[in-house]
Amino acid sequence: MTATATPPVKKGGLFGPDEIKVIKDPLWDNNPIAFQILGICSSLAVTTRLDKALVMGIGVTLVTALANLIISTIRNFIPNKIRIIVQLVVVSGVVIVFDQFLKAYMFDLSKQLSVFVGLIITNCIVMGRLEAYAMSNPPWRSFLDGIGNGLGYLWILAVVGTVREILGSGKLLGAQVIPQSLYEAGYVNNGLMVLAPGAFILLGIIVWVQRSISGYSEK
Amino acid sequence: MTAMLAFSDEGLLSVLLKSIFVENILLSFFLGMCSYLAVSKRVDSAIGLGIAVIFVQVLTVPMNWALEEFVLGPGALAWAGVPDSDLSYLRFLTFIASIAAVVQVVEMAVDKFSPKLYAALGIFLPLIAVNCAILGGSLFMVERKYDFAQAVTYGFGSGFGWALAIVSMATIRWRMRTAHVPAPLKGLGITFITTGLVAMAFMTFSGI
Repeated sequence: MTATATPPVKKGGLFGPDEIKVIKDPLWDNNPIAFQILGICSSLAVTTRLDKALVMGIGVTLVTALANLIISTIRNFIPNKIRIIVQLVVVSGVVIVFDQFLKAYMFDLSKQLSVFVGLIITNCIVMGRLEAYAMSNPPWRSFLDGIGNGLGYLWILAVVGTVREILGSGKLLGAQVIPQSLYEAGYVNNGLMVLAPGAFILLGIIVWVQRSISGYSEK
Repeated sequence: MTAMLAFSDEGLLSVLLKSIFVENILLSFFLGMCSYLAVSKRVDSAIGLGIAVIFVQVLTVPMNWALEEFVLGPGALAWAGVPDSDLSYLRFLTFIASIAAVVQVVEMAVDKFSPKLYAALGIFLPLIAVNCAILGGSLFMVERKYDFAQAVTYGFGSGFGWALAIVSMATIRWRMRTAHVPAPLKGLGITFITTGLVAMAFMTFSGI
């Protein structure tokens, strides 16, 4: 994990320049998916449709932020040896709450997300941020870091979800966007986009574009 | 997705083949991507991690099956005199705890009985606790309502499928070192695209 942790410097109010930076950094320069290579699993599995991608993104944002907040509050009391277990317990507690919420208010969507809500627990973004940031930074900053990383994850998910839904089924959020006349002219939905290989290739291309613009390359 | 259908009464061979090839846990469900991307740079470490995952998966899936059957599921506590209990909301917490415990025990056992293997696997063993393929395997087992024999088979099959994918990817990446890849595409980008092609190849198994 190549996550960077900035040393805690205290100045400004609740939203001083440092705090803004904590939120803005993971959106582009230090994006959890494209740069830190965290949380890839779910970014591919839930993006066949945009609404699934959005719910998942929001879920990860909330879970990361809350888990960061909790862990950062108790960070000085966690024995170093069992910190992974403590982190896992806190994260699964938060995820259970989110899962019960989805089951209560968005039952259909929670059925479609199937095991992937539970898999937020092992989403590397959550664990990665806990390890790299929350364990060494104050609660409020960690909370913002969680929000920032969650949003950085959310927008990539939204882009992948949009492209896959439009190309794969001709719809966006369930509404038809590719006009019927195109189908009559011989246009066919690209079935590959809904399947696994399409997701891999698409994410590869997005990473390529993001890195070409931000000028980052490995080795 | 057809994969979401309950197929609890299928044969063991079919569960095995399906979990290795057709519904490869990595290539069609995207589980365990993080360690897959991080460790597939070298063939020997990929093989080590692959073996460790098979091992842990074979232990945890049946174990979580037992937990689900006798403690967590609706009415599962009937043997203890509590017939209408439903602890399924504790599933995530229990599963992840049991996985972490198994990984810890495996780590200690390997260290005691085969220090050589321990040195080879060393850093990867603790990482397996947060590998989504392991938790995902257990959750899929519950969702598909496998019985015990199927759970054991599924545990082995999904672990083996994961190992197969990471080892083949590591060998591909090893060869790709000498290829000329555009700088921003290097590393993550090209690995994704290659994985997409491998996944496409695995899709041809779906007729079995």
